[in-house]
Amino acid sequence: MNVGLFIPCYVNQFYPNAAKATLELLQKSGVNVVYPVKQTCCGQPMANSGFEHLSKECNDLFIKNFSAFDYIVGPSASCILHIKEHLHSDKNEEQAAAIRTKVFELVEFLTDVLKIEKLDAVFPHKVGLHHSCHGLRGLYLSQMSELNAPAFSKPQYLLNMVKGLEQITLDRPDECCGFGGVFCISEEAVSVKMGKDRVTDHLKNGAEYITSSDLSCLMHLEGILHRNKSSVKVIHIAEILNATI
Amino acid sequence: MSQTKTKDHAALAAAFIKDEERVDWHDGALWYIREKRDIAAKQIPEWEELREAASMIKSNVISNLHEYLLQFEANLKKNGVMVHWADNAQEHNEIVYSILKAKEISQMVKSKSMLTEECHLNEYLEEHGIEVINSDLGEYIQQIDNEPPSHIVLPCIHKRKEEIGELFHEHLGTEKGLSDPTLLTRVARKHLRNIFLTRRGALTGVNFAVAETGEYVVCTNEGNADMGAHLSEVQIASMGLEKLIPQKKHLGIFLRLLARSATGQPITIYSSHYKKPREGQEMHLILVDGGRTRQLGRPDFRESLKCIKCGACMNTCPVYRKSGGLSYHNTISGPIGAILAPNLDMEKHADLPYASTLCGSCSNVCPVKINIHEQLYKWRQVIVKEGYAANTKALGMKTMAWTLSSPGKFTTAGKAGRWFLHNIPFVVNNKFNPWYKQRDMPEGPRESFAEWFIKNKE
Repeated sequence: MNVGLFIPCYVNQFYPNAAKATLELLQKSGVNVVYPVKQTCCGQPMANSGFEHLSKECNDLFIKNFSAFDYIVGPSASCILHIKEHLHSDKNEEQAAAIRTKVFELVEFLTDVLKIEKLDAVFPHKVGLHHSCHGLRGLYLSQMSELNAPAFSKPQYLLNMVKGLEQITLDRPDECCGFGGVFCISEEAVSVKMGKDRVTDHLKNGAEYITSSDLSCLMHLEGILHRNKSSVKVIHIAEILNATI
Repeated sequence: MSQTKTKDHAALAAAFIKDEERVDWHDGALWYIREKRDIAAKQIPEWEELREAASMIKSNVISNLHEYLLQFEANLKKNGVMVHWADNAQEHNEIVYSILKAKEISQMVKSKSMLTEECHLNEYLEEHGIEVINSDLGEYIQQIDNEPPSHIVLPCIHKRKEEIGELFHEHLGTEKGLSDPTLLTRVARKHLRNIFLTRRGALTGVNFAVAETGEYVVCTNEGNADMGAHLSEVQIASMGLEKLIPQKKHLGIFLRLLARSATGQPITIYSSHYKKPREGQEMHLILVDGGRTRQLGRPDFRESLKCIKCGACMNTCPVYRKSGGLSYHNTISGPIGAILAPNLDMEKHADLPYASTLCGSCSNVCPVKINIHEQLYKWRQVIVKEGYAANTKALGMKTMAWTLSSPGKFTTAGKAGRWFLHNIPFVVNNKFNPWYKQRDMPEGPRESFAEWFIKNKE
C-alpha cells in the first residue's frame, strides 16, 4: 500500500512535530509512506473566502503531487474535507475525482482503512478532545450532538488505546472554537470570544492538554492560552498516538 | 436602523461583545434552548425520518409552487377569503392599507409576522395614520423600544429583564425597578387585553398554508393571534409564497418538528386553523413574493425557501450566540438570514455569508435539512464574482494564491514568515495584525517539516 503524505502548508511551516508524528505513526503501521516535497496547500484559504476560482493552480499542483498513490493521508480534517468536497480541475477532472475518494484524514485512515486495534502509545495526562467541525460534521469522525443517532467517536476510540491517558468530559463537547479560516481575522472579536469560551470549558474540566485532529483550531486555542499565560498546552492527536515515554 | 447601513456584521458584533457579561448570558440562554431542543428531538425515535420527510415535502412544494399557489388561491376563494397578490413590500403595505381604509379602521393589532417586519409594515401604516400594536409580547417589547426583533422566535432575547422593567416603567407606568417577569407579563397582558377588545382590524402571519383545503395555520404560545383575529371585523393574513404545504395530513409532520426545533416544546400552545370568515367578518390573505421567486431561480440557493422559521439555526450558531441578532442588520438574522439576505440586496448583505465559521451545526439542527453552511460557502463565491468583496481582501487572496500555487515561492515565503516570527516577532505581532490583538502567534520552529524531511529522510 502506497500512501502519499499530505502535510498542509501551515502544519509544515508551524507544526513540524505533528507532521513528524504522522509520518512515524504511518510507518509504524507498516504502510509505505512517500512525502512529495513539492506540495503546498489544499486551496482552502482562498476558496473559503469566496475565491475558489483562484485555487485552480493549487488544485492542479495537488493532483500532480498525489495522483499516483493508493491513499493520500494528512493530519488535518479541515484540509482533507476541502479536498474531498472541492478538488476539481479543468485539465484533469478524472484524476481529481479519484483523489476525492482516496484522501483520508489520519484518524479515519487508522480506524477505517488500517483498522488498527492497538497502539503502543503512552501519554499519562488529562486530555480534552476538541472536535474540529470539519472533522465532526464534515468527515463524521464522531457523532454530532445535533442528530438523534447512535454515538461513536473515532478519535476517542484511538485515544482509549493510549496508556495513562485520561479523557476529560466537556460541558459542550462539540462546539466550534471560532477559528474558521478567514473568519479568525475578519471577525476577530467573535472568533476570539468563541475561542476563549472553548478554552474555559477545557480548563474548567481539568485538561492539561487540548488535542484535536485539526491544528488550525489548536493554533487558535494555543494563541489564546499563551496570551493568558496558561500552562495548558495544545497537542495534535498524532503526537499523542505516537508518544512513548 | 441607520447605524446598520454603515457598519458590517463584524463591527456590530465587536460592539456587542464589549459587554462580555451580557454575551455570556445571551449565549447561555440560547444554548439552554438548544439543549431543550436536543432533549425533545431525542425523545422521538423517528426524529431523523421526520426531518427527511419534511425536507422532501418542502422540496416538492418549491418545485411545484405554481400549481400549489393556484390550488390554494382557488380554495381560499371557495371558503370566502379575499386573495391578494403582492410582488414586493410596497405592494403588500398598500394592500393592507387599502383594506383598512375601506373599513375606516385606524387601529390594528398584529400578531407575530416576520414578513411584515421584512416589509416594514408598521412604519408604512403609521405614516398613513394607522396605529399598529404588536401583540406578541416579545415583539411588543421591541416595538416600544423602537428596535427590530433580534430573533425570529424570541424577538427580545438580547434584552435582560431589568431592561424590560425599565421600558415598562417608561411606557406603561410600572413601578421603577420592577423586573419580575411574571409581574411584568401581567401588566402587558392587561394592557394588551384592552387593545384586543377595541381593535376592529387584526393581522397575523402564517406558519403553514394548506393548498388542499385553503386553510392556514398560525402557531403561537400566547394565543395572541386568536385573540386578535376572533375579535376583529377584518382579519388579514400575510404570507410569503413559500409557506405552502400540499395537504392537511402533512401538518402532523411539521407541527411535531416546529416547536421541538424552536424551543424544545412538544407543540406550540396554540396551533390555530383559520379557514372561513365568521358571519359579518371579512377575511383577506396576501401572498407576497418579495424576492422569493428570484431565490427560487437560483439553483444553489432555492433550498433556503424550505425554511419554516423555527430559529433552531440561530440558537445553535455560536456566532449568533456571541454576536446577537441585531448584528446581522437584517430582519431574519443568524445562519438562515445570512443565506436569504444576499438575495434581497447583495451589496448591503455581502458581509453576512462571512459571519460564519462554516461549522455546519445549523444544517444539522434544521428540521427541513437546508444545507445552510454549504449555501454560505456558495454565497461567498457569488459575492466575490459579482465584485462585492473588499478590494484589500481580493489583493491578499491573489498574493496568497500566487504563493501557494508554486512550491518554490511557498518555501521562500514560509522561511521568511518563520524567520520574522523568530527574530523580530513584533513585525507580525503588532496591533495591525488582527490575530495578535488577543492571541499570540505560534512560535516559529527553526525548520519546516519539509526542510527536516529533506535533510533526514530523503
